[in-house]
Amino acid sequence: MGRYLFRRALLGLPTLVGITGVTFLVSHLLPTDLVLINLGDRATQSPGLVEAFRHRWGLDRPVVVQYLIYLGSLLRGDLGTSIATNRPVLTELALSLPATVELATVAVVVAVIVGVSLGILAAVTRDSAVDAVARGAAAIGVAVPTFWFAILLLSTVYYRLGWAPPPGRLTSGLAPPEPITGMYVLDSLLRGRPDLFADALRHLALPVVVLATIGVGFVTRITRASMLEVLARDYVRTAQAKGLTRWAVVLRHALRNALIPIITIGGTLYAQLMSGTVMTETIFSWPGLGRYAFSSAASLDFPAVMGVALVVGAIYVAINLGVDLLYVLVNPRVRFR
Amino acid sequence: MIRWRRHLGLLVGGAAVAVSVVAAGAAPLLTPYGWDEQHLEAAFHPPTPVHPFGTDDLGRDVLTRVLYGGRYTLALAGSVVALAGLAGMMIGAFSGYVGGWADEGVMRATELVMAFPAIILAMAIVVALGPGLVNAGLAMGLVWWPPYARLARGEVLAVRTLEYVEAAAAIGQTPWGIFRRTILPNVLPGMVVLATIDLGAAIVTGAGLSFLGLGATPPAPEWGAMVSAGRELLAQWWVATFPGLAIFLTVIAFNFVGDGIRDVLDPRRRGS
Repeated sequence: MGRYLFRRALLGLPTLVGITGVTFLVSHLLPTDLVLINLGDRATQSPGLVEAFRHRWGLDRPVVVQYLIYLGSLLRGDLGTSIATNRPVLTELALSLPATVELATVAVVVAVIVGVSLGILAAVTRDSAVDAVARGAAAIGVAVPTFWFAILLLSTVYYRLGWAPPPGRLTSGLAPPEPITGMYVLDSLLRGRPDLFADALRHLALPVVVLATIGVGFVTRITRASMLEVLARDYVRTAQAKGLTRWAVVLRHALRNALIPIITIGGTLYAQLMSGTVMTETIFSWPGLGRYAFSSAASLDFPAVMGVALVVGAIYVAINLGVDLLYVLVNPRVRFR
Repeated sequence: MIRWRRHLGLLVGGAAVAVSVVAAGAAPLLTPYGWDEQHLEAAFHPPTPVHPFGTDDLGRDVLTRVLYGGRYTLALAGSVVALAGLAGMMIGAFSGYVGGWADEGVMRATELVMAFPAIILAMAIVVALGPGLVNAGLAMGLVWWPPYARLARGEVLAVRTLEYVEAAAAIGQTPWGIFRRTILPNVLPGMVVLATIDLGAAIVTGAGLSFLGLGATPPAPEWGAMVSAGRELLAQWWVATFPGLAIFLTVIAFNFVGDGIRDVLDPRRRGS
């Protein structure tokens, strides 16, 4: 299994190099002037400044050379320096990544638990009122625009009802727990601060509801379809004929065989949330990867944009690998190859 | 005919889609206000019979803007899906038909684009080219084609070795003729199904780009941009709520139509 993991990780490398290549090409071929955007009016007034800027960021060399230099420092674990903040991109990513991981992980766990339960209920009670409600909920979850749903929740649950705290990761004025993982929920527990834990959890609630709602829609649909297919199989009838209780048949015999598509959609969802939470993070002032990506793109801070793209690509590759490992766990007939 | 009647979702969804398209097209006939008509003295008017959806910060009628806004949102989603779908179909079908190195290269390219954080690429492109509906559509199109290419390629691989393709070659048709007259017609139904299912996602993504300020620019009454304008107005809930509701209902309607068409055209995948 160690060799399998190693080989799969190696296979992800070309994808990552491809991602850096595409981002680099896009950033250097676009008809835009980095110098003008970053220096603004100062550029027109002092040609020396422009010269210095171009030299500082290596823009005075051929694009191919620039790219090779980038790849070279990448090999040494150097993701370059942000043009906007002048700090190492790696440092900034290390600050924003935990916030996104925290949010995405909790949202995926909630979405899978709720979605699988709803999907099983719907499949078992096919064409009943319960099924209709579950399918309706799924249809809504799949169609609701995140940014609108997030604003609706903020204006009702926070502004009107006061049941949730304002946007942010912690109540302002509270000092975050000493970082271990960078995830406040985990760190506050590890540092023995139940008060911070409760506060962080309350701040997580609304963004998690937003992201999980969409996930629930997809997971419910897939679970229902997969369960319906399995429930019609001969071995399920055999299990029923043996006199097993209904729930034993559904959970032990049917669900296990219906798991593969559910794992696939769960992995896809997780990968999407890791990269696609731009709007939720912006609306809930969540200082994660999505917001960092947005602000970097908005200021055309290309070292930062490339760093985000690379990290998100690596997460995508890692999650796909994890999904493949899960396949083996739930279905022993699948072998490492 | 009887088969169609069983698909209630398709009928309801189809009717809702028709309503939203007609409402967007006939907007000038449906409302007494102009989409950019300001009445500063009537700003932030809550929903009443005079302004059923209320008015925004400039006293513009929100219902009017929602009606006109459908034009932007639907046109953007429709053209992205149509153009990216067409391009994806041609790329995929060609790659599957030719095979070999070209096929390998195209498939690696689709994997790369699919692994790429699409919204980040789209943001960078739009920021560099400047915000606007056309640039937003261009950025979306660049990341939108791979699923079409992969599906088209699969369908071509499935029919390429069948006897009627061989027969077409035997009666002396050129490879391009076979591709156009014999192969492509087999690919089309799958493309139509995928495109219909895809429209809802394209609407949400397009509106999302406008929400972030990368798509339609003010004062255009695009739905996502309108939600964004109402973002900070937590007390004037109607400014953001109604355009968002329009996105939501339109997407649900398109999803129903997509699922329904798939059930009718492709009974094998029913219910999934």
